[in-house]
Amino acid sequence: MTAVLKANGLGKRYGRKWALSECTLAIPAGKVVGLVGPNGAGKTTLLHLSVGLLPPSTGSISVLGARPGTTSRQLARVGFVAQETPTYAGMSISDHLRLGSWMNPSWDAKLAEDRLARLGLDSHQKAGEISGGQRAQLALTLAVAKRPELLVLDEPIASLDPLARREFLQGLMEVVVEHGASVILSSHLVADLERVCDYLVVLVDSRVQVAGSIEELLATHYRLTGPRRDANALPSDQQVIGESHTDRLSTLVVRTDKPVLDPSWSVEQLDLEDLVLAYMSRALEQDRRPKLEVRP
Amino acid sequence: MIRMTLRQFRTEGVISFGLLAVLAVVFVVTGPHLAHVNDAFQSACKAAGDCATASNPVLEVDPLLQSALPFIVTVAPALIGLFFGAPLIARELETGTFRLAWTQSITRRRWLAMKLGLVGLAAMAVGGLLTWMVDWWASPLDAVNKNRFDPSNFGFHGVAPIGYAGFAFVLGATAGVLLRRTIPAMGATLVGFVAARLAVEYWVRPHLAPPLHESLSLLSTGFGIVGLSASTSTSSLYPPSVIIPNAWELSTAVVDKSGHALTGQYFFHACSAYRQFPPPSPAAMQAAHAACITKLAGVFRTVATYQPGSRFWPFQWAEMGIFLAVAMALCGLTYWWLRRQYG
Amino acid sequence: MIEFHLDARSGVAPYQQVVQQVRHALRLGLLEVGDQLPTVKEVVTSLAINPNTVLKAYKELEHLGLVAARPGIGIFVTKTLSDDSLAAHGPLRQSLQRWLSQARRAGLDEESIEALFRDVIRSSFSEGERDRRLEGERPRQALRT
Repeated sequence: MTAVLKANGLGKRYGRKWALSECTLAIPAGKVVGLVGPNGAGKTTLLHLSVGLLPPSTGSISVLGARPGTTSRQLARVGFVAQETPTYAGMSISDHLRLGSWMNPSWDAKLAEDRLARLGLDSHQKAGEISGGQRAQLALTLAVAKRPELLVLDEPIASLDPLARREFLQGLMEVVVEHGASVILSSHLVADLERVCDYLVVLVDSRVQVAGSIEELLATHYRLTGPRRDANALPSDQQVIGESHTDRLSTLVVRTDKPVLDPSWSVEQLDLEDLVLAYMSRALEQDRRPKLEVRP
Repeated sequence: MIRMTLRQFRTEGVISFGLLAVLAVVFVVTGPHLAHVNDAFQSACKAAGDCATASNPVLEVDPLLQSALPFIVTVAPALIGLFFGAPLIARELETGTFRLAWTQSITRRRWLAMKLGLVGLAAMAVGGLLTWMVDWWASPLDAVNKNRFDPSNFGFHGVAPIGYAGFAFVLGATAGVLLRRTIPAMGATLVGFVAARLAVEYWVRPHLAPPLHESLSLLSTGFGIVGLSASTSTSSLYPPSVIIPNAWELSTAVVDKSGHALTGQYFFHACSAYRQFPPPSPAAMQAAHAACITKLAGVFRTVATYQPGSRFWPFQWAEMGIFLAVAMALCGLTYWWLRRQYG
Repeated sequence: MIEFHLDARSGVAPYQQVVQQVRHALRLGLLEVGDQLPTVKEVVTSLAINPNTVLKAYKELEHLGLVAARPGIGIFVTKTLSDDSLAAHGPLRQSLQRWLSQARRAGLDEESIEALFRDVIRSSFSEGERDRRLEGERPRQALRT
């Protein structure tokens, strides 16, 4: 299966601070990928690296088989919508479409116009005069009309009201169905992503905590509740992600490929939000614990 | 990409070429009159035989334009740098639209080449047209004043302003990329441009070719001006001014055969009449003055160091070349910096 | 044409919700043999959900023998679930409505009625669950409360 994004030990540093470190991913094509993490975790850095807006400090990244942003052909296959959906405030909507057609050989003018007509956008209005939701739709149209194989969206719905949010996701899903594009979109809210994504990457504190198809992740993570015991006592094929104890009860979040057979556990499936929270808590725990290893 | 760049600079382009058109109208209306006044004077003074002494009325015509135009041409390249160059990339970095522009299907290199190339050409065209128009309008004045090689006039004649405009533009663009904000970039461009112009004018241009020396007798030039301070008993000597038509006079000095300059001490020793107090009568003073000059002329000569008028155009092309070469280097710097920061 | 809705907080996977809603409609006779299900594109666009979710749901329904795809035309219902029990729906609906008026007359509000109803269902179904377990079936995961 072809990978739409491959990263190997990818890292980006600003001065002495690492915005992204040791990122290794192999995201298959044909997925809608949700990139989740708290603000400042490195999501925007990773996305900018993947569309050629940043050079890596270490490691490598390849998107659709090529280094991002290096050739005109590679640029044409990836559509990008940046955070805050930047547009040229003084230029009209139709100016933006013209811009798209001048700068993209694969531009589909009819697709762009149809999409805008259905959204009810007046093409003579200046981009600075329309609402945030309309600007997001304009930016999505610009990214989509060049018929990319991959769409990358950086927090596209964070600042939208619920109705605009729903309309944006509807439009996005329509594009996925009609053109078969892969999508990578980032958010710091899990609820937004649950319905549209089928692949998840959790990024906390500049590191990838977990990555995989949502179906597989939900099938292999469980919440175990039972009488108080030591988390280390679990079989080795059950990886403990999180734990909390009262004096009589233990609650563990574990990852395992095999069914949990111990009858003293009450076993529950997790939903996506709980899963992400478990990994985020684990990351914060690891930060607080003093580092005992000596780095070579 | 060409159309995109032009679309982005529509407003600035319209304003610049509009202003040029307005100026062109002004020139066309007033220029022929200037030439006419000069021609009339020339034929009149030739007939009267007093061309060397009579004052040419052309110097009084349109005094406002005569002082404003040099100012406009001198300032134009700086304005081009500020309003074409500084916002070129800084505006995109400021507003975040670079994230839109750089993820279309154009590589970074082509994007930068188009922006710098197209708008740079427009900048140089504006600078060149403006200078050419002012040159044409002021040609009668230049013919009379014969001072277009002077530092105060060199910068708004010929082709050097094309180099200034191109350089100021690229300087603005580079400042914009390094500072990432339009207003600070404008400030940096202004400072940088003025510094570069002054540096070239005082440190580079005089040495573009070895200057010539003209040795003149003190009997024809005089010994200059002597200043004597009664309270401190110090004296200062100001060399005489020598007029070489159309040349750029770098310096004059009164020196002896071994190159030693005439000092105040030597002067007062040789011409004691000047130390007398009270000073002698005007008639006696005149005689003493003539005797003094004759005496000094045996030892000292006035040496004028200058660049001849025939070098005016080579210096123009050299100056344009210098500024454009620096502009090209800045283009390379901008490209390197952009790739380093933004991949 | 059936319209789907998605309850993001129900704890049931989205594709399962789609399957359940189709089965539900079949049971109630809202969908009959020969009816066309909405296209993947229509469902995706109206619900803003991942196309794979819909594809998976439709495949599951196909696997259960309830629907079949006619290439180039669409997905159509091939079997109904309402057969015998549908006839009982009318009287059951009426007795349920009578029970509801009783509950309201006793002073229960909508929330109390729903809580009572759910509690009875749960305890009744889990009794059936216990019986099945005693018969040796693999235990299901605990119900989310």
